[in-house]
Amino acid sequence: MRLSSKQATLLVLAVLILVSPAFFPSNYYYRVGAMVFVNAIAVVGIAILTGYAGQISLGHAGFVGIGGYACALMPLHFGVPPLLAVVLGATLSGVIAWLVGRPILRLKGYYLAVASLGFGVLVAMVLANEGQVTGGPDGIKVPDPGARAWLTGLGLELSNAQFWYVFTGLFLLAGAWLALNLNDSATGRALRALHGSEVAARTVGVDVARAKLMAFVISAVYASVAGSLLALQNRLITPDVAGYMHSIELVTMAVLGGAGSVLGAILGAALLTLLPQVLTVLQDYEHVVLGLVMMAVMIFLPAGLLPSAQRFMRGRGE
Amino acid sequence: MKRIAAGVLALGLMATTASADIKIGAIVAETGPASALGDPEAKTIRMMVDALNAKGGIKGEKVRLVLYDDGADPSKAKTFATRLVEDDEVVAMVGGTTSGSSMAILAVAEEAKVPFISLAGAIEIIDPVKPYVFKTPHTDRMACLKIFADMKARGLTKVGLISGTDGFGASMRVQCLAVAKASGIEIVADETYGPKDADMTPQLINMRNTPGIQAILNSGFGQGPATITRNHQQIGLTLPLYQSHGVASNAFIELAGAKTAEGVRLPGTALLVGELLSPDDPQKPVVLAYKASFEAAAGAPVSTFGGYAHDAMRILIDAMGRASSSKPAALRDAIEATSGLVGTTGTYSYSPTDHLGLDLSAFRILEIRDGGWKLVN
Repeated sequence: MRLSSKQATLLVLAVLILVSPAFFPSNYYYRVGAMVFVNAIAVVGIAILTGYAGQISLGHAGFVGIGGYACALMPLHFGVPPLLAVVLGATLSGVIAWLVGRPILRLKGYYLAVASLGFGVLVAMVLANEGQVTGGPDGIKVPDPGARAWLTGLGLELSNAQFWYVFTGLFLLAGAWLALNLNDSATGRALRALHGSEVAARTVGVDVARAKLMAFVISAVYASVAGSLLALQNRLITPDVAGYMHSIELVTMAVLGGAGSVLGAILGAALLTLLPQVLTVLQDYEHVVLGLVMMAVMIFLPAGLLPSAQRFMRGRGE
Repeated sequence: MKRIAAGVLALGLMATTASADIKIGAIVAETGPASALGDPEAKTIRMMVDALNAKGGIKGEKVRLVLYDDGADPSKAKTFATRLVEDDEVVAMVGGTTSGSSMAILAVAEEAKVPFISLAGAIEIIDPVKPYVFKTPHTDRMACLKIFADMKARGLTKVGLISGTDGFGASMRVQCLAVAKASGIEIVADETYGPKDADMTPQLINMRNTPGIQAILNSGFGQGPATITRNHQQIGLTLPLYQSHGVASNAFIELAGAKTAEGVRLPGTALLVGELLSPDDPQKPVVLAYKASFEAAAGAPVSTFGGYAHDAMRILIDAMGRASSSKPAALRDAIEATSGLVGTTGTYSYSPTDHLGLDLSAFRILEIRDGGWKLVN
C-alpha cells in the first residue's frame, strides 16, 4: 500500500517526536522539544491562514495571550479546572476572531493585517494594564493541571519536562492531523482557490468572505491552544506573549519554514526555537547570526525551507 | 527532514562541554527591553568571576561562569534555567533581571534544589520564603516606606501618586497604596501613564487641581520620570517631587536636565554617593572599590542594577568559601547563614525566615543639587 502524502507527513512527524528522545542526554532537551511543539502549534495555525487562505495576521499573539491567560484567570476567578480552561479559552478566541474577522474579511487587500495588528496590541495593553484582574506586567501564576500527578498515580513516572514533551507532542500531532484534513476538504480547496485568485474563486461559486473568516477563526483557535499549553507548562504567563514582537515571530516562523505546508510550518518553528539555544556559544554575535540566517533563507529559498528542499530533492531524483 | 533535525541536535550537543571546575550559572537580560538593567549586571558578573579566578578561585578550584541572555522573556529564562541545572550542572544560579524572569527561574531552582539569587524587585520572589531562593534588591514596599517616612518628616501627608504602567511602576504603585495609610500618608490622587508617553502635563495638571495636595510621588522607570520632572517644572509646579529608586542614576539627571531636576528627592543606594558617605560608614570601602573596578572594566558609570549583581556575587562567593562542599544543598545552607555581609545595596543578613536580608537603612534619601547628589539627613 502506498501512503498518501497526508499519512506520510503524519508518520514522519510521529516518528520524529518518538525517536528524538533517544538522543536526549537530559531534561533540558525535553524542555526545548516542548517549546518547539508549542510554537509549532501556533505556526500551523498561521500556515492555515497565510499558506492556505493567503491572509496575513500581525496580531496572532493576541490569541496566544487569550489562551494563556484563560488558563491563569478562569481557574483563579471562577474555579474552572485548568484543562477545561484550555477549551474555553480556545472557544473565546474563536468567537473573538469571528467578531473581528467578519467585517474585515469582506474587504479585499491587507485590511486583516492592519486590524489584527491593532487587535494584538490591544490585548497586550489590556493584559498589562488591568493589574487587579490580570496580575499586571509582571505576569500571573498558572495552576497545575494535575495531569502529571494523575499519570504518576497510574504508575507512569515522568519528569516535568518529559511530561510536557509528550503532552504538547500529542497536541501538535492532533493539530497537524486536523490541518492536513482541512487541506483535503472542500473548505481547503476553496481556501487554496481563493489564494490563487479571489476573482476566479468567486466565479466558481466560492463564498470568499466565509472561507477567509473560517481560516482566521481556525488559526486563532490554534494560537489560543498554543498559548494555553505555554502557560500551563511554564506555570506563569506574562503580557509579552501577546505582544507585537511575538506576532511577528510567529509569522516569521511560518514564512521561513514554508507557509504553504504543515511540515514546513513545524520546521520553521523548530528552527527559530532551536537556533537561539544553539547560538548561545557565539555570545555577542548570537543576534547577528540569527538575523543573517533568516535573511539568507528568504533570499536564497524564497518559498521557505521545506518547499525549497522538496523541489531540490525532486530535481535530483529525476 | 530527519537528517536536518539530527544535525541541529548534534549542534546543540556540541554547545555543552564537561569540566571539573565549580560551575555557576547566570541568566540576565543583556539585550531586549530590560537591557539597561541586564547589561551592567552581566558585565559585573563576568568581571567578578574573572577577578575571583585571578585570585586563585575557591579553595584552589577555578569557577566557571555559564551566562545566558534571556532578553527579558520569562519563557526563555525558564528554558535557560532548565539548561543550567540539567545540562551545565551548575551549583548555583544568579540573575532574573525582571520579576517575570525571576519567577520563571525560581520554579526550576526549587524543583532541582539549586540555590538561586534573584536580581529583581518583586516581593513575591521571597514572600513566602522558598528554601532555595534569595534576592538582593530591596523591595518596592521598602522604597515606599522610605519615601513616606521622609515626607512625614517634612510634614507632607497628602500625596499625589503618578505611576508608569510598566512592570516596575505598576508593582510599586500597588505597594505604595498598600503601605500609605500605615505610614500616615493619604494618597489624594492616583494617575498613570504609558512607559513611552512623551508628555504627562495633563496628569500633573489634574494633580495641581487636587485640593490639599502637598507632594507628588512618581513610581516609574526609564524615560517617563525624566519627562515628568520636565513637565513638573514647565507648568511651574512648586509641590515637592519624589522619584523612585528605579531612576537612581546619573543618567536620570542628564535626561531630565540638571536645572529641571533640582530639588527632586529619591531613595537610592550608597553606590550613587560613595564619595559623600562618612569615612566610618561600613559601605564606603565596598562601594568605592566596586565603582572603581566596574568603571575600569566596563568604561561606563556604575548603576544600582550592576550593584545588585555585585551583591549577589559577593554573597555567593562568600558562601562558596564557607560551605562544607560545593554541592548545591551545602551552598544553600551557607547562603542562608550569610550574616552582616556589606554590599553596595545594604548589609545582608539572611535567615530561614528572611531571604531578602535588608532593612530600611539600606536606602538613603538623596536630593539632586547642582546636577549632583546630596545626602539628606
